[in-house]
Amino acid sequence: MGKTVLVIAEQKDQKLRQVSLEALAAARQLAGDGGNIVSVLVGDNVDAAAQQLADHEQSQVVCVAADILVSYEAEHYFAAVQPVIDEVKPDIVILPHTASGRDLAPKIACHLDAGQISDVVAIEAVGEDVTFKRPIYAGKAFETKRFLTGPWVVTIRPNNLQADATNGAAAPIVKRTYTEPTPMRSQVVDVQRKGSDTRDLTEAKVVVSGGRGVRSADGFAPLAELAEVLDGALGASRAACDAGYCDYSLQIGQTGKVVTPDVYIACGISGAIQHLAGMSQSKLIIAINKDGEAPIFDIADYGVVGDLFEIVPKLTEKLREKITAVRS
Amino acid sequence: MNVIVLMKQTFDTEERIRLVDGQIAEDGVKWIINPYDEYAVEEAVRLKEQQGASVTVVSVGNEDVAQALRTALAMGADEAVLIDGTDLHDERAIAKALSAYLAKTPFDVLLAGNFSIDNGAGQVAIRVAHQLGLPHVAAITKLAIDGGKATCVREVDGDVQTVEVQLPALFTAQQGLNEPRYPSLPGIMKAKKKPLTNVTLGDLGLSADDVAPRVARIDLSLPPKRQAGQRLSGDVEAQAEQLADIILQATGQAGAR
Repeated sequence: MGKTVLVIAEQKDQKLRQVSLEALAAARQLAGDGGNIVSVLVGDNVDAAAQQLADHEQSQVVCVAADILVSYEAEHYFAAVQPVIDEVKPDIVILPHTASGRDLAPKIACHLDAGQISDVVAIEAVGEDVTFKRPIYAGKAFETKRFLTGPWVVTIRPNNLQADATNGAAAPIVKRTYTEPTPMRSQVVDVQRKGSDTRDLTEAKVVVSGGRGVRSADGFAPLAELAEVLDGALGASRAACDAGYCDYSLQIGQTGKVVTPDVYIACGISGAIQHLAGMSQSKLIIAINKDGEAPIFDIADYGVVGDLFEIVPKLTEKLREKITAVRS
Repeated sequence: MNVIVLMKQTFDTEERIRLVDGQIAEDGVKWIINPYDEYAVEEAVRLKEQQGASVTVVSVGNEDVAQALRTALAMGADEAVLIDGTDLHDERAIAKALSAYLAKTPFDVLLAGNFSIDNGAGQVAIRVAHQLGLPHVAAITKLAIDGGKATCVREVDGDVQTVEVQLPALFTAQQGLNEPRYPSLPGIMKAKKKPLTNVTLGDLGLSADDVAPRVARIDLSLPPKRQAGQRLSGDVEAQAEQLADIILQATGQAGAR
């Protein structure tokens, strides 16, 4: 018996976020034979992202577009998806575990009086028996959960599940008009883009992270350059944030963000337990630190004992040369 | 103004996780107020100091959680409520119990942490707001209350949003909202005399059926241990050369020479 699965997809800067395709792949796995997949996209202009999404086989892609939906806000986004949920009556709803997905999911779960399993990193389906693995204590441990009763609401962590690669018949795109909630009690009145357009930490394939050893806000400049060459994101330890070298939004750890990039480059980070929890599931870890005794070396695949202010710029230079060489 | 803070007691962030007989060992563990909830408590106490408010802290759990509630009282909260969590096994159930309590308790501002550092699902507070029909703004780094309205700042994916919301509403605290105070000695002394009320599910008019779990944990595991790898030798030039190749290999750009 196939299931009806609703995917709440997400776009950024009018491009489909990669995690939306990871959610779609999860939907395909859970829908089963004869299942039915519907995706929803919400925003001010979702045409391009909807087209990308519709290239992947499914029953339909529903677009809810309105100017006020340009920036995520819980009440408005819920008002956008609720009519779709009530109409589709999904057995399963899947969202990305992103800033907006994790905010919207509990409202949907509550609306459906459903259980929710959050921040899923692996799904195992053996016949009707489906289990979900998720980190707890920021990855110091993992729990496996199952639903006891439906409907199911699931949020998936970016970068952990395979993205959907199906190329089938183009799915129909259905546009729905947006009706504002009444009374309207909350509203985004201003949005500022912060600094340069840096890559989202949790989705980045490469993270360059700085700790106390970076010594100042200016000390992050060579790290930012390295991140840029690798098309990666900048991160930081709690010590660096607490010292005021950088913004808390960069913090990686049990408080802060948990990241699982392909490559994690820790610069001047000693490796407190609370930081390790946030990054030790990275695929490859490189540590650069003056102190050869620093605990970060115990978990790093490659370590360099030395001055990050010498090594990082040199590394950036080498990478720039090699990448240019291969492109030309 | 009435301010209610939802809070949870968690392991200290420096604790390692040990499994004993398939369960997380709790002996000898240092307990703290969940760090994000601590920002929420601090913000509530600041509202009290700056604008005049009564602050109630509410938690779900066993009797040991009273310790975290006492700490919040020592920080400046006025009273504490501990809802018995014995029969509450998932986020939905906990949210139901909290909603049942809040439905009969008037408040203007509801504060909580952005998520808990143990379970980390970030569901309970938002479920409570939805269940009570209230708007919410999550992960705020600034909060200003003016009459029946709040203006707050939150960061989403590199954007800084300013959101206006009508009260009553829920706000969840993100790092950077404030710097929580340490309880003072007089604060700790006063906290001992402040009211801490125990509430059962029966008191809230909830039956076991109302809070029957929708999800269950079936297994716990620890992540595979990482081994210390290789230290790169040579001078800076040689180390950088090796690192560059290692990185390009891992990012699938290995053709670069």
